[in-house]
Amino acid sequence: MNRNLLAWATCATMLLSLYLIFIYAPTEATMGDVQRIFYFHFASHWVNFLAIFCVFIYSVRFLIQREKNLDVKASSAAEVGLVFATIGLLTGMLWAKPVWGIWWTWDYRLTSFFVLWLIYWGYLMLRRLVESPEQRARLSAVFGILGAVDVPIIYVSNRVWRTQHPQPVIGGGEGSGLDPRMGWTLVVSFLAFTLLFFYLWKLRQDLESAQESVESLQRQAQVKGVA
Amino acid sequence: MNYLFASYTLVWLLLFAYVMSIARRQKKVQDDLSQIQEWMDRQKK
Repeated sequence: MNRNLLAWATCATMLLSLYLIFIYAPTEATMGDVQRIFYFHFASHWVNFLAIFCVFIYSVRFLIQREKNLDVKASSAAEVGLVFATIGLLTGMLWAKPVWGIWWTWDYRLTSFFVLWLIYWGYLMLRRLVESPEQRARLSAVFGILGAVDVPIIYVSNRVWRTQHPQPVIGGGEGSGLDPRMGWTLVVSFLAFTLLFFYLWKLRQDLESAQESVESLQRQAQVKGVA
Repeated sequence: MNYLFASYTLVWLLLFAYVMSIARRQKKVQDDLSQIQEWMDRQKK
């Protein structure tokens, strides 16, 4: 999709989602207005998992095909994913404080997610530390694949173990589910965040490609300058 | 209500900061490219 079109589509769905969150969606009976954090909190986690899935897929493909653009896609997805993981983490804390009375607890769900957040940082630090472009791409692909292993653990953590984090609201079995208006609000928020992810991912890929071209030109210029 | 306000403010601030960081890096790439162009022009002369 054209980048400008994607930007406009993101803006439109984001505005619609804000309208639905603050005007259309009903106020939750127990938690009150603070429950409206849920729409961005859940959507940011969805995008975060989408990002790590992209990192995983493009890392595997890079190790098989060894094409530079696959590494660009994986590393760009990791950086954008970290932004959404941070949003998920912070909105979760701001929701936890009024509802649980605490900012944070080291239960299985929160701890496994915190590990994923650290994995993202580790991935990006690794890319900064390794100078050789080939070695950097290979090592970060392996790290990205290993990091994705944490996602299924996060998914099952509040299904298998007792956690402070609530049981799944959607697809969590009997008794789970949402008011239809809340459901539609969530769907539009998911869509807005997904479009925003693709827009930022594209922006970041263009930057990464440009940076790599400049680095390559600088290396050539240095060689010619010395010669 | 304060937590709700803080939460949405934080989301927009983080996204804004990230877009600004991309713009800053994009500008650095353009500056580097101009320097390389100048260097190449000098080499031609």
